Amino acid sequence: MNEADIKERVDALLGANDPKNRLEFLRARFDAGLAWVWFPEGLGGLGVSRELQQVVERELAGTPQLNTGVQGIGLGMAAPTVLAFGTDEQRRRFLRPLWTGEEIWCQLFSEPGAGSDLATLATRAVRDGDEWVVDGQKVWTSGAHHARWAILVTRTDPDVPKHRGMTYFICDMHAPGVEVRPLRQITGEAEFNEVFLTGVRLSDDLRLGEVGDGWRVAQTTLMNERVAIGGAPVRRGGGMIGPVLDTWREHPELRTHDLHQRLLSLWVEAEVTRLSGVRLREQLVAGHPGPEGSGMKLSFAKLNQELSGLDIELRRELGYDDWTFRRSEDLDFYGRGAGYRYLRAKGNSIEGGTSEILRNIISERVLGLPSEPRVDKDVPWKDLPR
Amino acid sequence: MTLLYSEVEEELRAAVRGVLADRCPPAAVLKRVESDPYDLDLWKTLAGEIGVAGLLIPEQYGGAGASAREAGVVLEELGRGVAPVPFFTSAVLATQALLATGSADLLGGLAEGRTTAALVVSFAASPYRPGRGSSVSLDGGRLSGTVSAVAGAEVADVLLVPVGGELYAVEAADAAVQVVPSLDLTRPVATVAFSAAPARALGPCDLAEVLRSGAGLLASEQLGVAEWCLDTTLAYVKERHQFARPVGSFQAIKHRLADLWLDVVRARAAARAAAGDGSAVTVAVAQAWNAGVAVHAAEEALQLHGGIGMTWEHPLHLYLKRAKATETALGTPGDHREALASLADVPAPASLADVPGPERGQQ
Repeated sequence: MNEADIKERVDALLGANDPKNRLEFLRARFDAGLAWVWFPEGLGGLGVSRELQQVVERELAGTPQLNTGVQGIGLGMAAPTVLAFGTDEQRRRFLRPLWTGEEIWCQLFSEPGAGSDLATLATRAVRDGDEWVVDGQKVWTSGAHHARWAILVTRTDPDVPKHRGMTYFICDMHAPGVEVRPLRQITGEAEFNEVFLTGVRLSDDLRLGEVGDGWRVAQTTLMNERVAIGGAPVRRGGGMIGPVLDTWREHPELRTHDLHQRLLSLWVEAEVTRLSGVRLREQLVAGHPGPEGSGMKLSFAKLNQELSGLDIELRRELGYDDWTFRRSEDLDFYGRGAGYRYLRAKGNSIEGGTSEILRNIISERVLGLPSEPRVDKDVPWKDLPR
Repeated sequence: MTLLYSEVEEELRAAVRGVLADRCPPAAVLKRVESDPYDLDLWKTLAGEIGVAGLLIPEQYGGAGASAREAGVVLEELGRGVAPVPFFTSAVLATQALLATGSADLLGGLAEGRTTAALVVSFAASPYRPGRGSSVSLDGGRLSGTVSAVAGAEVADVLLVPVGGELYAVEAADAAVQVVPSLDLTRPVATVAFSAAPARALGPCDLAEVLRSGAGLLASEQLGVAEWCLDTTLAYVKERHQFARPVGSFQAIKHRLADLWLDVVRARAAARAAAGDGSAVTVAVAQAWNAGVAVHAAEEALQLHGGIGMTWEHPLHLYLKRAKATETALGTPGDHREALASLADVPAPASLADVPGPERGQQ
């Protein structure tokens, strides 16, 4: 299949469906295989190269678009995992409403006692006939209050070493026993939630992958997460440096020599980081994904933090736009006031793998350095100190 | 414009790397560095057999008509090897200056590798201050004066001297070239003095532009230096044991190397961008970043090698010296950042003298 075939399908879709009816149009687009063309036929795709998606996006630019903010976890993490490990029935049941946005997804991974060391998680799932009974607490759950479904990792066998005793589920967020509480952040608002699971009954049909194979399934999710977070700005002077440059240019009276030196250094760092992102995307398109990907999020976190800190000094900003405790509907690292940007950026080196964990990953998987001696590898999970 | 390497570029890299591995591994460079640093036999091979001398010279003059991108790949490899050959000084800097004059006879000799040239400009000059370190003047077709810190002059047959926007050729025998003890052992600098030396006018020379394109390509050499330092250090920390573990298994070491790798990854993107478009912005970015990364990589390599890194017998110091000296060459990182203030529209604060009286009190 080539570009012309794709265009033909796009024309057929547009001929038969009115983009003014948003949901109907998105459903029809999914059924035409024009949702994600690299997915299999019948599941929103055509089973063709991912490159051809660009053609679809270009041709359908004027039609209803997905809400990539609230759908982010579904599209970026749940979908590839369901595709890789789901049964035919699960794929047919979940992927279409996930893609159209009719059903929102969240991620139940981290726990109060399991952050960087996710594999030590303690939320228990115990089999009861055709069902599983889940008890535990999850945390840092973005969008749990919107979500219909969640991807969930649980402990099903406490008697084996931690990596081996986990099982992955799709969790029904409307099931009795699921309680979502907003978790207020240093910015004042609540992007995240705590999710309490008390006697939640999940049918075995909602298990993703084999019993005990949850860690392998979770790796697929996490690999997709880091790619999703690390995207660098495409435009020179874009991203977090944008608002700083605007202030610098519009307010000559705020400029100092010290800030000038620091801003120029950060401008250079932002630009070489952007160029690496451009190079990385070229490698992906050429079909040679390079290890550079794991580094993008590290650079992105450091730059965001330094630039947003400098921005407050430059503006001599002592105010703050809004401390109200409320749910945030959208997430924009570069939006709102300088104070918000500074505080929110602190999360960039923690969420989706801390910078320290990313340095471990780079040093071990890219540079081939030996791992630290491990005391937890061969010990049953129940005997680990906590 | 792509930031990736083409197949042809990878073939060129493999050819240069093969010759260097065979003929002058770092230990061999170290051995000759105090007696006769340049390896002119090696240069003949690279220039003649692989054809690197004529890379930037159009086919009409007998060159390969390649672009700066290919020259960048060669420089990455020469940086990796701190290879003592005058590629950068003759086949890049001097050649770029000559190309604007279209001096067919000289270009032909350079392309074949028969002639080696040097641009008589201080390595401490920059695209922003091209005249730094030079006091040469013209009187009745003869040149007089001195230029300090010139690289590659002692192995040049012909010296190219920019004076007042014109380029002049002087035979090496008609100038006094005095190599001085230099921080960079593998690319020492010399004082070049002219005393009513006969000179042939070749044509116009936009020296700032020549230095800018040279600075852009120097970023590729700096990338190569940094890559060698990173690779060599990785190999060392995997092998060296202390506390019954490879030292590379300690997080304190691993995290430093992960950060260094990330710096090098970005240096590669910056070097490719500068070799690709050569614009004032990408050159300034590449120099502002890569010069520092090369120095940092060499300094980290030294520290992570421990005591052995401090010894003369380990070639690491050749890389530290190359990196630190090259940080100054053709503009310091600070010079290039300063240039970006106007190139990227990040203007400096007004000086206090420009601020009207009452306002000044409020600053």
